[in-house]
Order: sequence, then structure tokens, then C-alpha cells
Amino acid sequence: MENSLENQTSTLNGTDNNMETTINWLAACRVEDAVENGGVCVKHGEEQIALFYFTRRNEWYATQNECPHRKQMALSRGMIGSSTDEPKVACPFHKKTFSLSTGECLSGDECAIKTYPVKVEDGTVFIGLSA
Amino acid sequence: MKKQQIIVIGNGMVGYKFCEKLKSKTSSFNLIVFGEEPRRAYDRVHLSEYFNGKTAEDLSLSTESWYDEQEITLYLNTPVTAINRTEKKVYTPNGLSYDYDFLVFATGSAAFVPHIEGIEKEGVFVYRTIEDLDLISNYAQKAQTAAVIGGGLLGLEAAKALIDLGITETSIIEFASRLMPRQIDPAGSDMLKSKLTDLGLKILLNKNTSLIEGEESITALKFSDDSHLAVDMLVISAGIKPRDELAKACGLEVGPRGGIVVNEKMLTNDPSVFAIGECALYDGMIYGLIAPGYEMAEVVATHLAENGNKTFNGFDMSTKLKLIGVDVASFGDNFINEPDCRTIVFEDKHKGIYKRINISNDGKYLLGGILIGDAAAYNMLLQTATNNIPLPEHPEELILGSRGGAEGSASGGLENLPDSALICSCEGITKGGICSAVTDQDCENIDQIKKCTKAGTGCGGCIPMVKDLMLYTMKAQGKYVRNVICEHFNYSRQELYDLVHIHEIKSYDEVLDSLGKGDGCEVCKPLVSSILASLWNEMILQKGNDTAQDSNDRFLANIQKGGSYSVVPRIPGGEITPEKLIVIGEVAQKYGLYTKITGGQRIDLFGAHLSDLPKIWEELINAGFESGHAYGKALRTVKSCVGSTWCRFGLQDSVSFAIEVEERYRGIRAPHKIKSAVSGCIRECAEAQSKDFGIIATEKGWNLYVCGNGGSKPQHALLLATDLDSATCIRYIDRFLMFYIRTADPLTRTATWLNKMDGGIDYLRNVVVNDSLGMAAKWEAEMEGLVAAYQCEWKTAIENPAIRKRFSHFVNAPEEKDPTIQFVDMRGQKRTEEWKTV
Ligand code: SRM
Ligand SMILES: Cc1cc2nc3c(=O)[nH]c(=O)nc-3n(C[C@H](O)[C@H](O)[C@H](O)COP(=O)(O)OP(=O)(O)OC[C@H]3O[C@@H](n4cnc5c(N)ncnc54)[C@H](O)[C@@H]3O)c2cc1C
Ligand code: SF4
Ligand code: FES
Repeated sequence: MENSLENQTSTLNGTDNNMETTINWLAACRVEDAVENGGVCVKHGEEQIALFYFTRRNEWYATQNECPHRKQMALSRGMIGSSTDEPKVACPFHKKTFSLSTGECLSGDECAIKTYPVKVEDGTVFIGLSA
Repeated sequence: MKKQQIIVIGNGMVGYKFCEKLKSKTSSFNLIVFGEEPRRAYDRVHLSEYFNGKTAEDLSLSTESWYDEQEITLYLNTPVTAINRTEKKVYTPNGLSYDYDFLVFATGSAAFVPHIEGIEKEGVFVYRTIEDLDLISNYAQKAQTAAVIGGGLLGLEAAKALIDLGITETSIIEFASRLMPRQIDPAGSDMLKSKLTDLGLKILLNKNTSLIEGEESITALKFSDDSHLAVDMLVISAGIKPRDELAKACGLEVGPRGGIVVNEKMLTNDPSVFAIGECALYDGMIYGLIAPGYEMAEVVATHLAENGNKTFNGFDMSTKLKLIGVDVASFGDNFINEPDCRTIVFEDKHKGIYKRINISNDGKYLLGGILIGDAAAYNMLLQTATNNIPLPEHPEELILGSRGGAEGSASGGLENLPDSALICSCEGITKGGICSAVTDQDCENIDQIKKCTKAGTGCGGCIPMVKDLMLYTMKAQGKYVRNVICEHFNYSRQELYDLVHIHEIKSYDEVLDSLGKGDGCEVCKPLVSSILASLWNEMILQKGNDTAQDSNDRFLANIQKGGSYSVVPRIPGGEITPEKLIVIGEVAQKYGLYTKITGGQRIDLFGAHLSDLPKIWEELINAGFESGHAYGKALRTVKSCVGSTWCRFGLQDSVSFAIEVEERYRGIRAPHKIKSAVSGCIRECAEAQSKDFGIIATEKGWNLYVCGNGGSKPQHALLLATDLDSATCIRYIDRFLMFYIRTADPLTRTATWLNKMDGGIDYLRNVVVNDSLGMAAKWEAEMEGLVAAYQCEWKTAIENPAIRKRFSHFVNAPEEKDPTIQFVDMRGQKRTEEWKTV
């Protein structure tokens, strides 16, 4: 299943200039392969993407798998949760936390992590990679 | 009516802040912004963090869509090249013109580059924009030595960046006779110099660079004293030069040494043109810091939006920074000298600390000062000086710390501050603002305060003080600062333990639904999981509890540097047969694991890939091993000495008893890990008195010690009961452990738990031995239940396909291992690579 890219053009709303961005949707896994209220790691060529199924909120998130603190491929193994209402993940190594929605580091001044859009269609989870 | 149009020239920090402030006050203007740089305004103050992994986007002050949302037209990459003030038009390079009703110069400044012969050579840089940093880091890859011209604030920061880029041989060249000549005095400079020298920087003072040598690119510097310094690259940081060229060209008044002249309303000599930030010259002064720039933006925004008469009246130039790990601060009137004041100086050459405060001649007020090496007192001193707070009787204690140990001054000072005291100067937030965020908006942590008030979001220097103020206000309001778990559970651990017990709840989600709120976090998840495990001793990865486990529990192994795991089979009492030793050796060989005898008398196998863990454990379990719970807050090892079976001094069979104890309590989870040991006599070869519970043989039976600890704060265990027979000893341990499990705070070892217990060991003895709480029978029964429920969780894990499936790195390539895990050789085995740095 790896690397099966679905090409699709989607329009990002919210900007006046109707910017057209092409998003390649990577078929990551089936819903039942994802971990409820936790993460799995998705391979995309050389890249590693952490995919989170926040079952409690019925939300999906995807971020880079590498924790910027000590450059560890670990975020998919982190605990997820929320701070006020912000969904977040805590790195298993030193518990630095990052917002799942914006990627911003919520503890200290580690740099932010990359985030990706996610969609589910017919039981398959897709991660959006901007082309 | 057509909206009036404001044009802002410059999309830097202050220009951006002006837009933000204006838009928050009114929408009755059209706003057009021209930026010469290719990107949206970014945080120049934290520019150096670009070298520590922050991206340009991280540094950006706004999101991409912000300008659209605010209906601001932003032209990037578009310098304004000319202005016609009579027609009120600005021109851009493509020949287009735009009309304005009001014009705001926020053009900032450029690095000042002195005229030195050869300055145009390759390898010479300035330090101002992201583009500059890109150029520097590219060039640095082939450079071994570097120099920075300028020993001021920015120069030192540039030098640190060069060191971070791997150029360990970096020199700082300063024309003056001391470092940071605008902030600190000669004695402070000496201290700073010696600290920086210790860190490997070369500091050259009194040096005037006369020539930059080299063919096309720089190879050396020549100084006016004819000395040379060979360098591969050079960063110029000799000050700033206001960007006033455009203003000058259109006939606005500029200062003799640069800067657009403005009045207290930030108006230039043209009543429709303002200047703010580093390009503005107010009262003969350029303010090269962000806080005054933001204040200027506020003045103009208020003026335009509300016709308010807010004015700019100069600004305090106090600064605090951490340069290469050295605190440096100056505040108020830092250079005033006797006889205009009295100074108190504290100098500690050993620790590299220099502090100077200047007080008024009558000893009543603090005028200013300098702090090097330790600037913890900065915020309080600054407040004392700016608010004219009367000094205490012994002002020297402000920099010495009162040695009586009375901590009074920390919050003692806070209540004396007037509500108008400026706490966050970047965002202009006062004490009153922060207090009302706590009292009126119920902010109870720093993040909430940041959201409500913006305090602490600029340079961040005020955060310690904001926190103190917040706690102080909460206390003053009678808010009980309660020991609750986190925002999701309004209970202490013990309260939650009892509630989960009474309601017989068995999964994390149910606990959260019935007793908590929100979605949980990395604090409450492991805590609740631990309570559930302590109460019911069910397999921890079932009932959806897997993702509520601490990371090591979730994969039943300790994660190691690099992302591999360790495997620790239980070896009760440290006793092992040759056959089992061989199995460990074979498994380690097969899976390429590093092996080591642990400090707990067993064997640790390191460097296992996640997907190999089930296979490794399958082989170990088939050979009769079981999980050693090295990853859990659970019983670790019960060490033993060889005891009476071999030792000539042995009084009892310590190995057999250690195995019995270890097998009884294995797998039981607790607020923290628990360790034990059994020694065969008082020579104590098993170190039982350093354990959570330790047993030492006597002529008649066993002495039981409790609440000992190794670790960073070692503490000897205390004698609980003497000459016990084996069965009584076990009963006492049952009661002791259940009492601990039920009442200890999270992550509290038994030693700390006892230290906090009213009545100490005598009380504990009364509870455990004399059953003063009447709980003994219940606790013994509960322990019996836990012992009966024991299962090797690794056995359950490998036999359950759903759980086993989780032990793979890639969900879409389960057979593949994480290619980023790398090992290197060491003494015939492997070890992990060092942490990867930038
Ligand atoms: C492997 C071992 C070192 C060794 O190579 O010998 C070790 C390794 C670790 N110890 Fe330890 N400790 C080991 C014996 C000890 C001992 C000696 C002993 O048990 O007799 C002590 C002092 C005794 C004590 O605990 O009172 C010890 C005191 C600690 C502490 C400090 C505990 C404290 O209360 O202050 C920590 C930190 C913690 O648990 O929070 C710690 C934490 C750790 C961690 C778990 C750090 C971590 O989070 O990764 C290490 C994990 C290694 C791994 O992945 O397996 N280790 N550690 C030893 C394993 C013993 C075993 O067979 O289980
Ligand atoms: C490395 C570094 C560290 C610093 N550290 C601190 C610190 O710790 N504390 C502190 O208070 N301050 C610090 N400063 C200073 C602080 O960054 C400045 O005070 C602040 O950026 C000034 O804001 P500004 O908007 O006036 O100027 P700038 O941020 O320089 O913005 C001006 C913008 O205008 C643009 N511009 C110029 N002319 C034109 C034109 N004709 N048309 C269109 N655009 C134009 C420029 O390209 C620039 O983007 C630091 C500065 C640097 C470089
Ligand atoms: S002493 Fe420190 S470094 Fe050594 S094993 Fe224990 S925790 Fe790790
Ligand atoms: S590696 Fe992620 S927090 Fe340290």
C-alpha cells in the first residue's frame, strides 16, 4: 500500500485569492490499523509521518515523526491528549509537547513540527502531502 | 465616504505591530504595507534561533492568512523607492504609485558597516536578516576560524551563532576598551570577558581594524597596531544605521547621525507622516530595542484610531539577556557614578558573578545597576528602580540575598509594586493587567496568562515575575493552590485512587468520563493507568488502556537513545542456571543485542528493534523466563547475597527468601518503582538497607527495614520490626506496600513518602505492626488478590495478535525496521550513536 498516491486538486478556502494547491493524498492505512487514541508511524519513501487517531474527539492528525528536541523518530509513540482544548502529543523521550493542530511546541522553545491534513474515505486513511 | 488610506513602509517587527494594534482599535482605514524583504515580518529578536532549528515560518509573527483576514494589503519584495509628499504618493520599482492619507515609516535600520579597506571581499557578512543568516551558514561550512567586529550585544550574539555553527575558533574584536560598552562598566566587562574566554572565545579589546586582507575572499584582518589575525570569515556587528535614506530624499528632517526626526507623537516635520521603530530619532536618540518600538507603534495607532493624545516620552533601555549561557543585565541609570550616587558592588571571581547597584545618596532609592553571571534579581531590581520603591534598610541584600534564609523579599517586593508597574515591557503589560487576568479571567497558569494578556510573548524575560505575580494573586484571593493532578482531574492521586476503587472502574476512558473532563494528557494518563494496575492488576495493554500507558509501559520495554529498546528478563534473587545464561547469550547473539550485568543483579539486553521485541520475548519465555518489569513503576529486583547455603557467616537462606519475596510481588504496580533485597547477615552484602523494603537475617529470623533509597538522594531504610518469622515478615510487607500504594503521591518513592508522613516511622510502625487504622486484614486480602492476578504480561502480549500487531515501526510496512536507528561498535559489542545535533 505504501506510496500509493492519489492525485487530487483541492482548493484551500479562506484566502481571497483562491490559491490552487495540489495535494497528493497518501493512502496510509485502514482505519482499523490505526491505534485508538494513539499514533502509528507511516512510511512515505524516506519520510516518516506520525498519524494519530484521536478517537475520543473523533479527529485525525498527522505530523512529522521526528521530535525536533533530540531528533528522535518517536512522536508516533507518544501519548496524546489536550491542553485546554488544544490537541497535543508528548514525545516519549523527554515529554516535550506539541500541538497536533498547528505543530507548535507547547513546552519550552523547541521548534515547531510539520503537520499534514488527513481524510478518511471508505475506511482508508489518507495523509495530504502538498506537491 | 471613502476610507482614508494608510501606507506603512517596512514590514519588520514594529511595522507589523503597528498593523496589529491599529486593526485591534479600528477598521476605518485602508491599510497597505510595503516590505522590502521577501517574507512576512518575523521575530528578529530571536533571529539566532534560526540556527537552532527554527524555520523562517516558526519565526514569523503572523500566519500566512492573517493579512487577508485583517484586510491588509501586503506587498512583499517591494521596496518603496520614492515619495511625493505634495501629491501624497509613494512609488515602487515597477513604476506603480499609491496614494496615502497618512504615511508611516517603519523602515528599521541596517547593520552599520564601517569603511575598512577590503570590506567588499567574499566572506564578510552582516547579521540582520534571515538571508544574512543563510549566507553565513553556507559559508561557515568551509570555514575554520571566524571573527566578529563589535563586542556589543549583537556582536556577542553573532559570535555565539558562529560557535553553534561549529566554528570553535571565534574571536571578538572591539574598538573600545571593554565589552558591551553601552550596557556594562569596566569591571563588569572584565568578568564577562573571563567567562567568555572560558567558553573558548578569543576577546581582543582596543583593536581598530585597518585592512581586510585576501585576494577575492578574506584571509586575515590587519589592525592599526600592525598586528594580524588570520580568519576565514568575518561578521560585522558594529552598530546600526537607521534606514532614513528614503525620508531624506523626500525632504523629511533627519538627524546629523541618521534617523528620522519625530516628536512625542512620532510625527515627522510633515503632519501626515509618522516614523516608528529603529528608524525614528526621538529626542536625539535611536531606540534599538523592541519594547520602545512597540510603544511607538501604540502611540501612532492610538493617535490615528482614537485621536488619543498618548505620547512617547522616552523609554527605559534596561536589558537582560543570556549570552552563551552567561546572564548579562543592565537597568536604570547603570553608569551613574559617585558623587552623584553611592554604589554597592559584589564580585565573585570564583563563580564569575559581578553585581553593581547605584543608590541615591540618601540611601532611599535604587537608580540603576549592572548584573553579570547571575541576573535572577533583575526583574525585581528593575521594578524597584522604575517605580521608586523605597529601599530596605540593608540594600546590599538586594544583590547578596538575605543570608538569614528568610525568603521574604521574593514576594515581599511584589505587593509593594504599584498596579501601573510595567512587568512585560515588550507588550506593555502592567502588574494590574496581570492581576486582573487572574482575578477577572480566571487565568491559573502561564499559558492562560499569555493568551489573555500577551504578557511574556515577546522576549520572555518577564516570565518568572509573571508567574510569581500569578501565584501571589491566586493566594491573595484565597485560592487554595491545591495538589490536583492536572487540568483533566480535579483530585489528588489519593482521592482519585479511592474513587476509582469505590466505583470499580477499569479503563482509562471510563475514569476520564466519570471523574474527569477533557481529553487527558501525559500527566494523568500514566497516573490513572498506574492506579488501575495497582487496584486490579489486569494486563495493562487491554481495555483500550494501551495508549494511556507511559511510553515504556506501552511497549513493555524501556526506550533507549535512538529509539531501540532494552530487554530485561526477571532473574529472581539474582540466581540463574547455566542453561538459562546460555539462552540469554544465544538470544542476544541472534538479535544483535548489547549485554550488560545490571546494578540490580540481572542482565539487560539493549538495542532491540521494536518489531523484534515479541520474537525475543517469545524465545525467552519458551526457555522459562518472564518479564522483569524494568519498564514499569513496579517491583524491580529483590537482590540477595548468597546466604547460609554457602557463606560461612550466613544465618538464614537469603537467596530462597529473596526469590520467594520477588515472586510474590512481581508485576505489582505502585506510585513509583519498588526495590528490595535480602541479606544473610548483618554484613549486609545485598545492601538491603538502601531498598524500599530490605530484609536482614538474624539468629531468630528476619529484621525488616523500610523506606530506603539509592538514587540521587540516598537514604537509609529504617528498622520496622525485628526477629520476624517468614510468614509475619511477608504479612507486614503486604500491609506496608498496600498503604504506600494507596496513599503516596505520584512518582514518590517510599523514602519521600515517609519523609512527608506526620509521625514518621513511629506512625508507620503503628499502622503496619499494631494495625492502628484497622486496615490490616483488608490490605492483606487486597494483596492476596493482586498476587493471584499475576500474569507475565509479555506472555499475554505475544499470544494476543491484536497486541502483538502494535510492535512494528511502520503501520504500512510492518516488516521494515526504523532505518534511522544506527549503532556503532565498542569493545566488541554495539552501542547507540550520540544524540544527533543540528
Ligand atoms: C540497567 C540499570 C543500570 C545498569 O546497567 O546497571 C539501570 C538503568 C536505568 N535506571 Fe536505574 N538502573 C539500574 C539500577 C539502579 C539502581 C541500583 C539497584 O537497583 O540496586 C539504582 C539505585 C537504587 C534505587 O533505586 O534506590 C537506580 C536508580 C535509578 C533512579 C533513581 C531512583 C530514585 O528514586 O532516586 C532512576 C530514575 C527514576 O526511576 O526515576 C533510574 C532510572 C533508570 C532508567 C530507567 C532511566 C530511563 O528512564 O531510561 C535506566 C533504564 C535502563 C533500561 O533501559 O533498562 N534508576 N538504578 C540498572 C537496572 C537494574 C535492574 O536490573 O533492574
Ligand atoms: C540578531 C538581533 C538580535 C536582537 N536582539 C534583540 C533583543 O534581544 N532585544 C531587543 O529588544 N531587540 C533586539 N534586537 C533589535 C530588534 O530586532 C529591533 O529593535 C527591531 O527589529 C526593530 O524593528 P523595526 O520594525 O523598527 O525594524 P526592522 O525589524 O528592521 O524592520 C524594518 C523593515 O523595513 C524594511 N524596509 C526598509 N526600507 C524599506 C523600504 N524603502 N521599503 C520597504 N521596506 C523597507 C526592511 O527590509 C525591514 O524588513 C535584535 C536585532 C537583531 C538583528
Ligand atoms: S545511573 Fe543514570 S545513566 Fe546510569 S543507568 Fe542509571 S539512569 Fe542511566
Ligand atoms: S527527543 Fe523528543 S522530547 Fe527529547
